[in-house]
Amino acid sequence: MRLRRRLMWIARHALAIALALMFLGPIVLVALTALMTDEQALTSTLWPERWNWSNFADVFTHSELLTWTVNTFVYASLATLFMLVSSIPAAYALARFRFRGRKTAFLVVISTMMLPPQVVAVPIYLVWARLDLTDSLWPLILPMLFGDAFSIFLLRQFLITIPREYTEAATVDGCSDVQILFRVILPMARPAVAAVALFSFFYCWNDYYGPLLYAGVDQEGWTLSLGLATFKAFHSVQWNLTMAATLLVTAPVIIVFLFAQRVFIEGVTLTGVKG
Amino acid sequence: MMASTRTAPPRRRRGGAPSPAAPSPHRRRGEGARALLWLSPWIIGVAVFFVYPLLSTVYFSFHRYDLFTLEFVGLDNYRYAFSDARVLQSALNTLWLVVFMVPAQVLFALGVAQLLAKLKRGGGILRTIFYLPSLVPVVAGTVAFVYLLNPATGPVNQVLAWFGITGPDWFGSAAWAKPSLTLLALWGAGNTIMIFLAALLDVPRHLYEAAAIDGAGAWRQFRSITLPMISPVLMFSAVTGVIYAVQYFTQAMIASRVASGATDSAGSTFTPGYPDGSLLTLPQHLFHTGFRDWSMGLACVHALLLFAVAMLFTLILLRRFGKAEVAS
Repeated sequence: MRLRRRLMWIARHALAIALALMFLGPIVLVALTALMTDEQALTSTLWPERWNWSNFADVFTHSELLTWTVNTFVYASLATLFMLVSSIPAAYALARFRFRGRKTAFLVVISTMMLPPQVVAVPIYLVWARLDLTDSLWPLILPMLFGDAFSIFLLRQFLITIPREYTEAATVDGCSDVQILFRVILPMARPAVAAVALFSFFYCWNDYYGPLLYAGVDQEGWTLSLGLATFKAFHSVQWNLTMAATLLVTAPVIIVFLFAQRVFIEGVTLTGVKG
Repeated sequence: MMASTRTAPPRRRRGGAPSPAAPSPHRRRGEGARALLWLSPWIIGVAVFFVYPLLSTVYFSFHRYDLFTLEFVGLDNYRYAFSDARVLQSALNTLWLVVFMVPAQVLFALGVAQLLAKLKRGGGILRTIFYLPSLVPVVAGTVAFVYLLNPATGPVNQVLAWFGITGPDWFGSAAWAKPSLTLLALWGAGNTIMIFLAALLDVPRHLYEAAAIDGAGAWRQFRSITLPMISPVLMFSAVTGVIYAVQYFTQAMIASRVASGATDSAGSTFTPGYPDGSLLTLPQHLFHTGFRDWSMGLACVHALLLFAVAMLFTLILLRRFGKAEVAS
């Protein structure tokens, strides 16, 4: 029995380590390729003969990576800010007030959340075209002023866990709805707000479909994901530069994650616990 | 090093707040008006970005429209779409994703989560390792996989060759392209793994202890305790996975584009789906029809098809979870 348990222990750890290596493998191989010379990256060798650190600098000089980073950052920050301003009040109303149509409103939130963005793409595109805002990222940023279904959903899920006694006590003390939101609800909902903000930021950072539709043909207006998607096409024989660009696009996300792990993990479990 | 996933997930309060259906002492006059005020920006948003475009899509689906001329064509667009081989092909591809990729991802995530739940030491660092790939931006991950799996000089086929295995053509062959994307999906399953892990750690330990005393083996414990306890989370992941599969766009588009070596940017001739339409999905077909060929009326028919499929799965989700959710 004891031997069996020990063997199980070893098997379990061996499996876990093997899996971990498979999860890390792609990142390591990409990093190794990113450091190879142009010629070596076209061969099937795995270890760089010469460590070509200048590849990372070359990515910046050979592409608009810096411009794309700035564009992506502006897009993600503004969209996230607008999302918070519009979604927190909506979630607050759905979680706090009892009114006719409350169920319907929540069903609408879920439905819009599930709707593939492509379904309504044509008429919305035509509206932005009429406003002469295509060939920019504004069509992706401005709608965030009107609430984002996924964020409203997540925030509402969190807010309904706050006992009503808090808001009731505040009402008795003469607080207005706005004061209750800022003084009572938001301080308690900080983890949920942080998680929703992070999700929104990363959604924008990763978004490919939106910029592909709206950013236009001029590279000056592209985001990182658009630029990276066509990077290979412009540097077709340079897998090493493409891999270096891939790493450069990934790095900021990983760095933010390492600083904000707790927020991430809490947010992820927040998405999964309902049901 | 990873923050513990054991932090108790926020739970819905049961029995605390009275159900809205029952006459509630909390429902005061004026709450409706206040709710309306707070919800008004969102209501405008729903009207402008959901209701109007949906109606407008129906309208355009009966017209031919290329941004310049609008012409009523009756059911022509529908007739064309339903006889379009690429529509059928993209539907079959989506079906493949739903039948193979989604279950593969859920089962894989469950297996890894089970393993992580059992490890006492080293669990933290492993959690970080399994979670990291899901943070890699989708475009970056896909480009990397096309490189890693490239048939001629890619590292994966190189490693396989050491073991005497001739690797497949991966993204270069119609048969292997979707399995290659499935590998990418497994690699990025970190979110699902963490959700399952949190659910597994939430199962009260004494249930297992009691079962062990009664002589239940590992498999029996899994079937009779673990599965029922985590089935809501499992179902939720499966259904959201299916909805995600219906919208599948970026990975397939990038894989086709990079693997085919298309040298275009926007306003070009690249047709999604390479190789042989094996990676074509309805959202990509819609995008190409509407915004590259500018056949917007036809694209609206595709949009309505996509809407029907998405609603079908949403209804399944609502049936399953809606009642419990809305009752809170």
